[in-house]
Amino acid sequence: MKREAYRSLRNISREEPLGPGGSLCAGCGGLLALRLFHKALGENVIFVNAAGCFSLLALFPFTPLRSSWLYTAMACAPAGAQGIRDALDILRERGKLAPAADRKVVVVTGDGAAQDIGLQSTMAAIHRGLDFYYFCYDNEAYANTGFQTSASTPYGSRTATAPITPAFPLGVVQQRRDLFEIWRVQKPPYVATVSAADPLDLSEKVYRASKLSGPKLFIALSPCPPGWEAEPEKSVELARLAVETGIWPLKEAVYGQVSHTKVPRRFKPVEEYLASQGRFRHLFEPKRNDEAIARIQAAVEKYWKAVSDAVAPQEPLSNEAVG
Amino acid sequence: MARALLTGNSAAAWAARLAEVDYVPAFPITPQTEIVETLARWIHTGEIQARMVTMDSEHSMLAAAGAAAATGARVFTATSSQGLVYGFEMLYVLAGLRAPLVLVNVSRALSHPITLEPDHNDVLAARDTGFLQFHAESCQEVLDSILMAYRLAEHERVLLPAIVNLDGFYLSFTREAVEIPEPADVKSFLPGFEPAYPHLSGPAPLALGAAVLDPALYTFFKYQMHHATENALALYPEIAAEFAGRFGRRYGMIEEFMLDDADYVIVMTNSFASMGKAEVKRLRREGKKIGLARLRLIRPFPHREIQRVLRGRKGAAVIDQNISVGKGGILFSEIASALYGLPDRPPALLSFIGGLGGRRFRPEEFDGILARLEAPPESPEEIARPYLLFSDEECRDVGRYFSVASGEEKSHEA
Repeated sequence: MKREAYRSLRNISREEPLGPGGSLCAGCGGLLALRLFHKALGENVIFVNAAGCFSLLALFPFTPLRSSWLYTAMACAPAGAQGIRDALDILRERGKLAPAADRKVVVVTGDGAAQDIGLQSTMAAIHRGLDFYYFCYDNEAYANTGFQTSASTPYGSRTATAPITPAFPLGVVQQRRDLFEIWRVQKPPYVATVSAADPLDLSEKVYRASKLSGPKLFIALSPCPPGWEAEPEKSVELARLAVETGIWPLKEAVYGQVSHTKVPRRFKPVEEYLASQGRFRHLFEPKRNDEAIARIQAAVEKYWKAVSDAVAPQEPLSNEAVG
Repeated sequence: MARALLTGNSAAAWAARLAEVDYVPAFPITPQTEIVETLARWIHTGEIQARMVTMDSEHSMLAAAGAAAATGARVFTATSSQGLVYGFEMLYVLAGLRAPLVLVNVSRALSHPITLEPDHNDVLAARDTGFLQFHAESCQEVLDSILMAYRLAEHERVLLPAIVNLDGFYLSFTREAVEIPEPADVKSFLPGFEPAYPHLSGPAPLALGAAVLDPALYTFFKYQMHHATENALALYPEIAAEFAGRFGRRYGMIEEFMLDDADYVIVMTNSFASMGKAEVKRLRREGKKIGLARLRLIRPFPHREIQRVLRGRKGAAVIDQNISVGKGGILFSEIASALYGLPDRPPALLSFIGGLGGRRFRPEEFDGILARLEAPPESPEEIARPYLLFSDEECRDVGRYFSVASGEEKSHEA
């Protein structure tokens, strides 16, 4: 992707619409990504939240946000966004709201709401062509409730509902569900994966999306220190490793047309990413599970082979490599 | 002022039209759908300026409704039965947001077994949510109650959402003569919506629905909602008097029918109260001193009015068109709690369940109710239990159904 607005870190705003002092975990990868996202998006934002970790961003009487906020419930943040967007439009039509005072409406949820309980209301909002952003902090589990399996949890990961026992040595045995493709199939204006470890790619994508009207999705891989069992200071490194190993492809789809915005020249082995997280420790200790590690590596390679083989970029790409 | 034959559903749509609602999130369900279809038609012909959006579920519909009200729009929506309980989580959310919108519920009994005709287990399940509740007997009352509901809900000392309830089929699809007030008169009773509270389209950023982790804070916000319903109770007579002055129709929190010298009182709600009134008239002709009290305002619950209407009577029978399985009639319990401690409360207060799934009352059942009030049971067991109205004929019919279902009897012989 040729970046137009964000060529260097100096292009990133020094304004901090998301200030310090929130009540999220130290090293939250999702919060890092949201901070960059908000900087690129600018002010006049109304966030619409579903139950999850980020619900703690408005904890009466505190919020680190300078934007507005509406907490709805777990299943229906996109429906709340619909009500706000429609009310803003109605008030503008009635002359009760100046165009300059208009707001951008941003749904912010975790992967549990995005993939499971909130998927129906999300699909409906895309179908209606609602003009909104959806920021999904994807920590690959129900992290706020103690890291239970979600549809985003990758193959081979340990969670609180998939503990490792002699009878169940792998943890989660399903492949993660591909939220990017679920959105893309409806051909909304913009769908992107982002990483807090790549601020320029992330910011440029917000800039590109901001020129399009309609549903716009950002999925941020969000290292979760307590759930992934990694030190808080490792979050950016893990986010970067996910990209460098090919596990988290950085890409976008504009009206369904996919392009990869960053293709590593040489892929690092997935092992580097997996071995640095406690949730995958059982793949290495007490006995190395070569078969599972090879399976994850093979899925990544298959994904990227399909990318390089793709003659027509609109061909759907399986994202099963992720995890 | 125009007079027209309107179904309960179209009366509800007319009220939304006259209230000049900005926004109607919708999801279809029988027997409510005619309301949103009517509004959709008017929007498409340009007769009204509202915006409608068809949602993916009642849960989403209520989320959109609450969010739009919290952004500063006047919002109307409607549902029924399964739809109300599907969106149930959001009822608490909307009340907690203090979003003053109006939700029409067209009562229909809840599944299982799935059915179509009305009872009030749907709407009464919402009694603890923080919604105000008006229950209507006639199509006119549907229209009028919606206008009054907006006035009360939007009052700065109330700021709670309101449900206006009408019975499916018996009211929703029944045409009655309805006076449609002049838009200008409605506008002076119910001016355009100018939210008196901070909202999401206001100049300053605002966090709504923020989490609280201190139980004292949680308690404070819930008590605030309860105090708001007390304010609603205090404001109601003023608003009802203004409505009566402008439109000539007076609505108490309770409608008092032939109560002046009544020794015995039947308590009912909604459209089936019309059947009760007919039986009360008949019993009056037979010389019985009986009347009927129809509860119109269910939330806030009018304790003082209940006391005023029932104190000094010899007996009262509450007919609940609902069943709290394992307890009995919901309104019986509420009325008993309003009367307990009054020295001159009716010595006999009995509970009857009827009208479930739209089951019609039989005239002889009212004779039976009156007979029990005149000679009330004395054993503690009998005093506290609900009487479940059911006839021998219905027992035989049910037996037939079972024979058919089990294959013992061919259906054409049934």
